Amino acid sequence: MSTNGETLVTIEDLRVHFPITSGIVFQRKVGAVYAVDGIDLEIKQGETLGLVGESGCGKSTTGRAILQLIRPTTGRVLYSGADLAHLSGSALRKQRRRMQMIFQDPYASLNGRMTVGDIVGEPLLVHKMGDRAQRKAKVRELLETVGINPNTLNRYPHEFSGGQRQRIGIARALAVEPNFIVCDEPISALDVSIRAQIINLLQQLQREFGLTYLFIAHDLSVVRHISDRVAVMYLGRIVELAENSVLYEAPMHPYTQALLSAVPIPDPAAEELRRPVVLTGDVPSPVEPPRGCHFHTRCPAAREGLCDVEDPQLKIVRPGHWAACHLITGDDYPHIRAGENDVAVVDDVAEVDGTAETPAGEGGETA
Amino acid sequence: MSDEERREADELRRDGALEPEPEMGLHPAAAGAGASLASGEAAAGYFGETLMIEQQSLSGEVWRRFRRDKFAMIGLGAIIVIILLAVFAPWIAPHNPLTQYNDGITMQGMPVGSSAKFPLGTDTLGRDMLSRILYGARVSLFIGIVANGFALLLGVVFGLSAGYFKGGTETLIMRMTDVMMAFPILLLAIALSTTVFSKGGVWLLVVVITIVYWTPMTRVIHGEVLSIREKEFVDAARLTGATNRRILFRHILPHLVAPIIVYTSLGIATTIVFEATLSYIGVGVQPPTPSWGQMISMGQDYYYTAPQLVIYPGLAIVITVLAFNLVGDGLRDAFDPQQRRR
Amino acid sequence: MGAEQDTLLRLTDLTVDFASQEGTVHAVNKVSFEVAPGELVGLVGESGCGKSVTASAILGLTRMINNATIGGSIEFLGRDLLALPENEVRQVRGRDISMIFQDPVTSLNPVLSIERLMTEGLELHLGLSHSDAVKRAIELLGEVGIPKAAGRIKDYPHQFSGGMRQRVMIAIALSCNPKLLLADEPTTALDVTIQAQILRLMKQLSQAHNAAVIVITHDLGVVAGMCRRILVMYAGRIVEAGPAKELFHHPHHPYTVGLLRSVPRLDEPRKDTLQSIEGLPPDLAHLPPGCSFAPRCWLADEECWQSPPELFVTDPGRTTACYHREALIAGAEMPA
Repeated sequence: MSTNGETLVTIEDLRVHFPITSGIVFQRKVGAVYAVDGIDLEIKQGETLGLVGESGCGKSTTGRAILQLIRPTTGRVLYSGADLAHLSGSALRKQRRRMQMIFQDPYASLNGRMTVGDIVGEPLLVHKMGDRAQRKAKVRELLETVGINPNTLNRYPHEFSGGQRQRIGIARALAVEPNFIVCDEPISALDVSIRAQIINLLQQLQREFGLTYLFIAHDLSVVRHISDRVAVMYLGRIVELAENSVLYEAPMHPYTQALLSAVPIPDPAAEELRRPVVLTGDVPSPVEPPRGCHFHTRCPAAREGLCDVEDPQLKIVRPGHWAACHLITGDDYPHIRAGENDVAVVDDVAEVDGTAETPAGEGGETA
Repeated sequence: MSDEERREADELRRDGALEPEPEMGLHPAAAGAGASLASGEAAAGYFGETLMIEQQSLSGEVWRRFRRDKFAMIGLGAIIVIILLAVFAPWIAPHNPLTQYNDGITMQGMPVGSSAKFPLGTDTLGRDMLSRILYGARVSLFIGIVANGFALLLGVVFGLSAGYFKGGTETLIMRMTDVMMAFPILLLAIALSTTVFSKGGVWLLVVVITIVYWTPMTRVIHGEVLSIREKEFVDAARLTGATNRRILFRHILPHLVAPIIVYTSLGIATTIVFEATLSYIGVGVQPPTPSWGQMISMGQDYYYTAPQLVIYPGLAIVITVLAFNLVGDGLRDAFDPQQRRR
Repeated sequence: MGAEQDTLLRLTDLTVDFASQEGTVHAVNKVSFEVAPGELVGLVGESGCGKSVTASAILGLTRMINNATIGGSIEFLGRDLLALPENEVRQVRGRDISMIFQDPVTSLNPVLSIERLMTEGLELHLGLSHSDAVKRAIELLGEVGIPKAAGRIKDYPHQFSGGMRQRVMIAIALSCNPKLLLADEPTTALDVTIQAQILRLMKQLSQAHNAAVIVITHDLGVVAGMCRRILVMYAGRIVEAGPAKELFHHPHHPYTVGLLRSVPRLDEPRKDTLQSIEGLPPDLAHLPPGCSFAPRCWLADEECWQSPPELFVTDPGRTTACYHREALIAGAEMPA
């Protein structure tokens, strides 16, 4: 990652609540799905910020809300000073040039009735970037950049495979020359042997064009590979945010610890030695998130009177390391391990491991 | 690969590509920045996606699938024949459908059966059945197609607005649709025909049918738009900064072509029957203009003695409606398989 | 494990072809393997490799597809399922061989209560009375970890979470004490924390009921924890087979090598770029004349393009379909 540390996107108290209404003609609001419940985030120029979490945690909604595909209920999304959440109409459309999205489903994200050339060229047309000949040349260039034969621009999406379609989607995203791209599960729908190709392509493009990525995924291994920093979400909130190596090697939040212990490793010998921590109970519904810390109902370290009452704020606990937990301080955090029957239990004494890494610098060293 | 295919592929490679491609559609240069496995040129042609040979447009594929459906093709043939007969009726019909012939009635005042002069016999007023049926085709088809066309237009406009803009617009339009659909259409048509549009005439019949029939199309389009707008390519279009107008016309409307075509052909069948019903009751096409439904109505008293008065127009309706139904079904099947290769 | 049979399931040259507009699709191409009683086997491959069709064939479902041609034999407890009439296959299906599907949302009939779903099989295959079936169902639900099972048996699938529904599906699959359980992508639709639980559960139940399990998946992590033996499929053929530990540590087929190298691992240091298998997944209607993997293989040469390799034995219990196995055994790696 080559970042100058400048912040590109600032997200302040982002909330997306989907109202639940009832009534035949006049609809009253009877409740809400608290999909995103207060996110604060800074995305730095040139970095790849990974956003992970399980289904229902709100990561996809966050990505869409940042890009204003879903309008936030409250909160601000600052991009080079402009608050996107409060723009609309042509002002918002003008801002659209600076950010784009790569979608999860390579089949649904391309309009099957348009040729590949039209699909990739549409952003150029909408933003009036060049005349017809110039646009066509640019489209060919883009297709080549992503590894698609430019002579196929008269073809229709259904003539391509999933991996190729994803490349076409990437070409489309690059057309407007954006700085910031939200990658929403870009490889989950692809065959395993193709995923690595696309990941490599995304990294290559980032280097070539100086892009900033928000990489949303549920596959923690892939996120570790590609991200500089990682944020973990649970039920609409960020519970931990840290440098890649710090998060994966020394997670502090109980949820992150449990999550990482459950990720399978493609190695039978390694798997034999692991004991994934089992969290009891079901994930609460985002319609009725628990009071206080959203995670306290399943957390072995939860303290009555504190965790079920007060919302823990996402606060900085070590340089570059943020966590939303009442029990985490710079020196101290609840250690979760697999107890009897692998059920999650917390160690009584939480001590700082003296050899714990200090977070890597902005350079994002690979080990 | 055939020689021709090989030649074409070579040509294309020479034209645009920098080097021979191991996989169609995938440039080796960017095939995986990082480790890649080299592939020999012999690999060309085995990854079937874009064989660079024939372009497969969607309408071409739909037509091919339709062609393979025997019944649909029969229906299509029948429709073409019927339309030709209707269009050329003035030249094909042996007689004027309004002329009452003296030798078209027997001594007892009964209609005459098939003869050289009257291939399908005559009706109760001595008019040639064949000519009346041919002219009746013009009326029925005209009303069916035009009324459906207007209903379609209304349905698309309302359905699109309701489905895309949602909110108050959707509520208003869809509740209006609900109310309209709650009316018994036959009674409504009768009421309209006899009061507001009592002057009669084909155009007014068209209006009546349109008023009554715009609702199903609205419902269908509304449903389709609701599902299409959730697709990610619509989000992608919004992200590129496309205006609502562009999204509606360039992205959503093309996807409506399939349901529109299918429901229109089925709708024509329905409206033909509806017009026949109205004419049968007496509030549709007024005599002396021939209409199949009206002919049935006039001939029904003679069912035992001169069944041809009822059977021929009845058959005409059945065949026409069946033909449109077969075509509609065939189109629906031809458009349907969304999963093509992968 | 009785002495009557060593082998629970034996597939010999199973071939499934589908007639399609684009020609014959060779979905499964002379697949042979064995499963011992109580064994946990992983059938690994990507979409289109033929693993799901193989599972359908074992269950006897492919014969119901009009344009399918099936060849070879599937011996279950000594009887060739492909040669049996449908009513006898139906007795085996659901009782001795059962299946867990990928998507718990669509695989459980939403209009039937759990009680109905579970007692149906019990009454049909084991001839239990309704009240006995209900008792057994409650027992099974408890075994798969559904809390307060007795109170929940009358609930409907939509009242359960995804993980719970998968447990219900496992309970249904195990209800008639099958000897063989086919699990088709059993955890793909689940979150990773739930996945860990379900896999553990399946392993425990397999031991408790002495049921063999064939786990069909594309996820190498899933089979690494679960399975003793792995079969790797590509383009309708088995390209490598062997004990899990050895296969993962020292793969003997270029495709397996490629798969393993292209998947990032939590326990290894980060790399700059992932090694990737070049090219596109094969088109089953237009396979190359020789080895199906040749177009993407860095070791491919003339011989590979001419005829598809057989499964060669490389070590006891290990086979691979590659002419260049010697190089791989010696440790040849993908070009970096």
